[in-house]
Amino acid sequence: MNFEFHLIFESIPKMLAGLGITMQLLFLSSFFGLCLGIILLLMRISGRSFLSFPAFMYIYFFRGTPILVQIFVIYHGLPQFEFIRESIFWPILREPFGCATLSLSLNSAAYVSEILRGGYLGVDHGMHEAGMALGLSKYHRFFFVTTPIAVRLAIPAYSNDFISMIKATALASTITLMDMTGVARTIVSKTFAPYEIFIAAAIIYLVIAWFFQRSFGLFEKRMSRYMKR
Amino acid sequence: MNDNNLEPIIILQDVCKFFGDFQALRNINLQVKKGQRIVVCGPSGSGKSTMIRCINRLEEHDSGKIIVSGRELTSTVKDIDAVRREVGMVFQNFNLFPHLTAIKNLMLALKLVRKMNKSQAQETAMRFLERVRIPEQADKYPIQLSGGQQQRVAIARALCMNPEVMLFDEPTSALDPEMISEVLDVMIDLVNDGLTMICVTHEMGFARSVADSIVFMDWGEIVEMKSPDEFFENPESERTKLFLSQILSH
Repeated sequence: MNFEFHLIFESIPKMLAGLGITMQLLFLSSFFGLCLGIILLLMRISGRSFLSFPAFMYIYFFRGTPILVQIFVIYHGLPQFEFIRESIFWPILREPFGCATLSLSLNSAAYVSEILRGGYLGVDHGMHEAGMALGLSKYHRFFFVTTPIAVRLAIPAYSNDFISMIKATALASTITLMDMTGVARTIVSKTFAPYEIFIAAAIIYLVIAWFFQRSFGLFEKRMSRYMKR
Repeated sequence: MNDNNLEPIIILQDVCKFFGDFQALRNINLQVKKGQRIVVCGPSGSGKSTMIRCINRLEEHDSGKIIVSGRELTSTVKDIDAVRREVGMVFQNFNLFPHLTAIKNLMLALKLVRKMNKSQAQETAMRFLERVRIPEQADKYPIQLSGGQQQRVAIARALCMNPEVMLFDEPTSALDPEMISEVLDVMIDLVNDGLTMICVTHEMGFARSVADSIVFMDWGEIVEMKSPDEFFENPESERTKLFLSQILSH
């Protein structure tokens, strides 16, 4: 077999055509995932079982099944239902992009809420007591004491999840989306050179991952001012 | 000063507290009047901390009555918050908010609870940092301060809320020996200015010089309560004698 290096360099610019979709998937699902994740977190730590149990089940379900299966269920499964097709969500669920964003968001939410919960559990109980002793209300304690400390504690785990998310977007190519992996697969079917093309794709993912890894690193450092002597 | 003319700020009446099957407090009766300085001592696990933590309801008592500034402590959130505004607390482990600088640790509750605007809060906070003698550390984060400095910030944080009474829960127990005196010096200063306080401590020298009553606790009950001289010279109970011999033997 011949390994043709030039194919790697030639295919990279073509694949960048899919970069837009990859980034949109990444940012939209991370954003919606974070929003829903915060709601799930509040449900879980509410101390009321009619809120915490559904959140627990949701997290169990979405962490316990492969993202690929979730994408297939949403893309192939939901349109079977009449009421889905008639609902206001149909314009979104009809498109593969909408389905991919939805499933990645739902999946990310489960992980994000657990990551944030870890942050909250990591806050020293003495902080709650100090807040109580000062007469701060429950909400003041939550917003001005617990949350800033918990967020700082959750950054490393969150950045880890965000990086996983970059790679998870590649699964969208299985439902016909032309993200970077989708473009790579098309090029492969034309050139019959899977090694070169997928290596090129890997290089682009590595560059993106490096960029976000670095950004999170700087953010973490900035948030850590109060942790250094 | 004639103490009898003053209404007590804190009244504990037959207070009991259980942790599961373990009885942490047994029929505690105690009254604290304005300007009184009470030092609580006793072996570890004797219920000292539990008692003062009941006063601002960091622990809930199971029976008996606790009245602070005329308000009985029940489970009503509004009353609890009102009581906590009148009671300052200093913890063994300082419990400063790590994400806020020293001055912002003070300003947080001034703004949120006392509803001061930023410049009022800043001015008040600075005044209290000066009072505990560390205005120059105002913009440092807690982790950048020594233990003694952190505890002084924590004292200022409780004090700037202008509470009627201060509770100290072993304020020097987590400190390195060379830092204990800087914290005690600040506390003696405050006492000389008329601070009302209940202080749990093992610092017997401090107890002797500032307290007007010493409460000795063991097994969740108040064994005796006396003036410092009486307490050290004429302890009545065997348990007190044993404790004193252990703590003063070195």
